[in-house]
Amino acid sequence: MLLIQLWQFILDPANTFWDHTLAYLQVCAVSVALATVLGIVIGVAVVRSPLLSFVAVNLSGLMRAIPIIAFLAAALPYLGVGFKPTIVALTLLGIPPILLNTYTGIRSIEPAIIDAARGMGLNTRQILLRIQVPLVLPIVAAGVRTSAVQIVATATLAAIIGAGGYGEYIVNGLYEFKTVQILAGALPVALLAMLVELLMGWLQRALTPAGLRVQETALSEAVRA
Amino acid sequence: MARIAFHEVSKYYRGASKPAVDHVSFEVAESSICMLLGTSGSGKTTLLRMVNRLIEPSSGTITIDGHSILEENPIQLRRRIGYVIQQVGLFPHMTIAENVRLTAEIAGWSKDRMERRVDELLTLVGLDPAEYRRRYPRQLSGGQQQRVGLARALASDPAILLMDEPFGALDAITRVHLQDELQRIQREMRKTILFVTHDVEEAFRLGDQIAILSEGRLVQIGSPVDLLLRPADEFVSRLIGSDNIQRQLQYLPVRSAMLAGTEAAGEDERQPRCSSEATLLEALMSLIASGAQALLVYDEQSQAPIGTITLSAINQAITTVRHTETAPTTVSPAH
Repeated sequence: MLLIQLWQFILDPANTFWDHTLAYLQVCAVSVALATVLGIVIGVAVVRSPLLSFVAVNLSGLMRAIPIIAFLAAALPYLGVGFKPTIVALTLLGIPPILLNTYTGIRSIEPAIIDAARGMGLNTRQILLRIQVPLVLPIVAAGVRTSAVQIVATATLAAIIGAGGYGEYIVNGLYEFKTVQILAGALPVALLAMLVELLMGWLQRALTPAGLRVQETALSEAVRA
Repeated sequence: MARIAFHEVSKYYRGASKPAVDHVSFEVAESSICMLLGTSGSGKTTLLRMVNRLIEPSSGTITIDGHSILEENPIQLRRRIGYVIQQVGLFPHMTIAENVRLTAEIAGWSKDRMERRVDELLTLVGLDPAEYRRRYPRQLSGGQQQRVGLARALASDPAILLMDEPFGALDAITRVHLQDELQRIQREMRKTILFVTHDVEEAFRLGDQIAILSEGRLVQIGSPVDLLLRPADEFVSRLIGSDNIQRQLQYLPVRSAMLAGTEAAGEDERQPRCSSEATLLEALMSLIASGAQALLVYDEQSQAPIGTITLSAINQAITTVRHTETAPTTVSPAH
């Protein structure tokens, strides 16, 4: 009975379900992309400086500890409402796992591997492309996976600051005590989060070189967890 | 062709009170193995890493066949020098074959030539190509990994090999095994090898020359026999264990203990014989095995009898060496 009502809700043009879906996907995709770029860039930038990496790593850890809803509420006075502030808030939330994994990934490469590569006469570019990138990429992908799932799940809360998407159904539904409307928002989000988790998990495995898969290191397991 | 010469080489690190390497001069002859022996902090690794310019000297020059390496592009220089380190540093995401052929690949070798080279090198270091080509470093034991490390260093057939405590992390049995393999490979390849070690036994086993370093300075350089017979000072004598009877028996030649005249042994055809270049240990074992009072010593080249060796002569030689410890003969370092 509920399912039929849900189906009818989705199909009713008045509810603009597809527009909501599109808006939701857009917010998520842009935030994940920005968080990935910024997380990697900052991670690479701080890795050589003990001070900068200390600041970046600890700040990232701290940010992960802040409840998301508190974060959005605190950001509201500064960022205002709408699409852009939502992107800023979600991107900020998505950066820490990616930054941490980029940093840890680069640091986890045995110095002897780089020493051997230099001693063999590989230049900086060859070391980067042939050694460092293949070794760090799977660990970065694990970070992106965590970020993406987190962003997809959080984007509903962004309705509070007027970003639209599925969150609108949930917020309005709660306000009007309409179970169907709440489910129309909540179910797609749950499905999407699972889908992203599956896809990113697959991507992460695909990016892990066979030589590292033979004995999945305790480290990458720990980083992913 | 590859003679390495160090001339007044020094390395100062900012903030350090003493130089890491202090006016070191010596030469490594072509196709020979020179062991850099010293305790940690003696500057041996710094000295080694200056040869392929992973570290730049503060002053002094290093030449290969008379050409200063400082005038060569470091990347090009490194590509013609093999480099083997204690932690091996194999690339974990590449197969054994990919690891070994990487330098050849960068040099632009054809696929066929690379594959042949990989098979050749794996066979040389005692790994069956059919079994190991497609494996990954993490599937190999420490000893096997270092065999691959050696194969990788030899890939583009460099004339020089730099080895930084390559067997230091291996268990004693594997270490001796790989030392034997290196000697076998060296008989075939005739590379000029600079080999860092803190293991005196290893230095004696492998070295044509042993350079002893302490606090950045070259204390003495010489063949194992030179060092045993004429340690420069108390430090060298203690480091190499001049009074180590087993080491003396193993490395001192019969020549150093031989008695002049062949009368004692008699000119009998059946008299047990030994070469003047045999070790005292070999002579001792022959004496015991044959039950003879003396062995007839013949010259390695001419095969002519030149002296005799007896148990008391061996004993005498070892005692003499032990005494030099209290009254050291002065052999100044080569600078």
